[in-house]
Amino acid sequence: MRNKVAILLATLFAAIVCVLGLGTGTAQADGETIFGFLFEGTGPDRVNYDGVDVTVSGPSGFEETATSDADGRWDIPVPGEGTYTVALDQETLPEGVTLRNQDLESLDVVVAFGQNKPVLFPLGEGTRNVASRWDEAAQLTAEGLRFGLIIALAAVGLSLIFGTTGLTNFAHGELVTLGGLLTYWLNSGNLPRFLPDGPQIPFIAAAAIALVLCGLLGWANDAGLWAPLRRRGTGLIAAMIVSIGLSILVRYIYLYLFGGTNQSYRSYQGQVGLDVGPITLASKDYISMGIAIVVLMATAYALLRTRLGKATRAVADNPALAAASGIDVDHVIKVVWIAGSVLAGLSGVLLGLAQGVNFQMGFQILLLIFAAVTLGGLGTAFGALLGSLVVGMFISVSTLWIPIELKNVGALGILIVVLLVRPQGILGRAQRVG
Amino acid sequence: MNWEQIIVNALEASVGLQAVVFALAAIGLNVHFGYTGLLNFGQSAFLAVAAYGLAVMVSTFGLSFWVGILVGLVGAVILALLLGVPTLRLRADYLAIVTIAAAEIVRLIARSVTFADTFGGSDGRQAFAGGFYDLNPYPEGSYNIGSFGFGERAMWILTVGWTLVALSCLIVFLLMRSPWGRVLKAIREDEDAVRSLGKNVYSYKMQSLIIGGVLGSLGGFVYALGQASIQPDIFGTETTFYVYTVLILGGAARVASPVVGAMIFWVVLSLTDNILNQAIDAGYISTSIITNSQVGQVRFMLVGLALMLLMIFRPQGIFGDRKEIALDAR
Repeated sequence: MRNKVAILLATLFAAIVCVLGLGTGTAQADGETIFGFLFEGTGPDRVNYDGVDVTVSGPSGFEETATSDADGRWDIPVPGEGTYTVALDQETLPEGVTLRNQDLESLDVVVAFGQNKPVLFPLGEGTRNVASRWDEAAQLTAEGLRFGLIIALAAVGLSLIFGTTGLTNFAHGELVTLGGLLTYWLNSGNLPRFLPDGPQIPFIAAAAIALVLCGLLGWANDAGLWAPLRRRGTGLIAAMIVSIGLSILVRYIYLYLFGGTNQSYRSYQGQVGLDVGPITLASKDYISMGIAIVVLMATAYALLRTRLGKATRAVADNPALAAASGIDVDHVIKVVWIAGSVLAGLSGVLLGLAQGVNFQMGFQILLLIFAAVTLGGLGTAFGALLGSLVVGMFISVSTLWIPIELKNVGALGILIVVLLVRPQGILGRAQRVG
Repeated sequence: MNWEQIIVNALEASVGLQAVVFALAAIGLNVHFGYTGLLNFGQSAFLAVAAYGLAVMVSTFGLSFWVGILVGLVGAVILALLLGVPTLRLRADYLAIVTIAAAEIVRLIARSVTFADTFGGSDGRQAFAGGFYDLNPYPEGSYNIGSFGFGERAMWILTVGWTLVALSCLIVFLLMRSPWGRVLKAIREDEDAVRSLGKNVYSYKMQSLIIGGVLGSLGGFVYALGQASIQPDIFGTETTFYVYTVLILGGAARVASPVVGAMIFWVVLSLTDNILNQAIDAGYISTSIITNSQVGQVRFMLVGLALMLLMIFRPQGIFGDRKEIALDAR
């Protein structure tokens, strides 16, 4: 199954062609300046917006407003180094043009001594004039589907590992992060500390190598830590706490190696949105959704039709009985760990494509992965898939009604509500406890 | 390397505010995890509810200090009920996931822009501790033995804090030697057996969740008053994992072990922080390997590693009894 997945990935990634970069200008002025360009699109499609007001306020009552010129450029000299708040007046934007992220209407920036500090406000979604509520709902559903599929890749692996070994793996988020970090390192050539800069490997090859490494580390994780613990007879709850310790340890090693910043892959930044009906997504988003769907279907096929997949489900159902009927349980668990790690790594690669790479990207979605797995029914792979789509869509579509910063609250809240009415999850089997 | 400073800092950490807060949180968690076998991964939410109950009542609504304490305590009880009702009938891992989710909900709501008028967003709340320090019996000044010592405000909060720790330990000690406590331990060992003896397991678990939550919430009050300000992000999941490390380090299901665990935990963190920082300043460790701002990361790595190694090699911690740690309770 792994080979199949790897080949599929390589071919699909090869289909990606659009490579666009964001251009930033430079400014020459005495003293410190904050400047930026207001535009949308790149290359020949670039549209500059003039007459937009930007206000900079800072320490000791400094406040200055500038209006963008025909190139979309604005400049505000500031009195010295320090922290300034840069705010865009959305009222002055042309009709139908909005900020891509409404939370970023004002930004706090630190200006160093003598620096000309660039500040960009990503504008977008304005190509569609005044979206109707239904269009907005369709757009959010598509974004939710994309996010749900990314969660699903990680959740299926988590659920399989839980099903076959009983381990509630809190360190699964770190496998997701690993996929993103390895791809970034290989793609950008900025290898982690103490290593010299490496070659800049194209994104597709970098992602493929990263996934192979994820599989290897997944195997090592099981062989080096979890298999010995199983042999010692360590309890499931003890193992769960060990996984929490591992998660903290690994996450801070990532922070040490990667730093606390958010980085993007070298390719596929700032793509222009493609319209499909009322939905506008970048081509990378369509392709990553396609990859996720194909990989998930391949996983489902493998589970349902192949010998190893059937053995996996047998072990998940009853390990003792599976062992008694001649299934090599240790081998199945090994394969599940490797496949689960590759799936988690792919989830991280795609998540990095959607929102950038940072040292705790996996940890940030870990609770949502858990919510998805629990919603679908603990230990059922298809439940995890369904649960992920529900969680992803719910998070995205609920922003129609609730503030965007509370979207995860809604998803976690619905988890608690579902447990009240259907404790075994959507696809789980009812189990009598007390 | 200024060893005197390092040792003084470590001594102060052993009795300082953080040790008190984590001791109280771990005493509460001990009731859940150690005695009843409940996997509560939302202990930080109990601290948050208490701290915010107090801070919001005083600084947002201008009510008195005692009203704030009352609201915090009632909040902790309500949170325990909310967590318990959907999950206590389910397998243990469901409680773990729901409690960690609930703790994140509490934190996200507290830091949201939407409710910033009430909870103060990511800046949190300040200026609510005046009522508490008005009661301070210590005259102004510093109370030192050599260079080890505290100012009058720290003396007051530490006196109150350690009194609360002592009272909490006494309560847990008395509860756990009562028939009620024996039922809890029996639930931890074998829930079905207890049920077949006619005990209402659900109700006992709920009582345990409430009592442990309220004891933990005392830690929230002490933290809020000691710092005189609170921010939502100190009540993240990592705080809960710290509390678990403290509890397992001392040894679960022992009355005094959370206290000893908290003291050792903060002494070790203080020592590593100070020694590393001074070694970097003195040039013994090159800044190309580690800078001062990265010392905090080493602290987290140590906590993670300690939690793993403890759980693998010595799950009973320093003082625990291996037989008492029913880590396979459902």
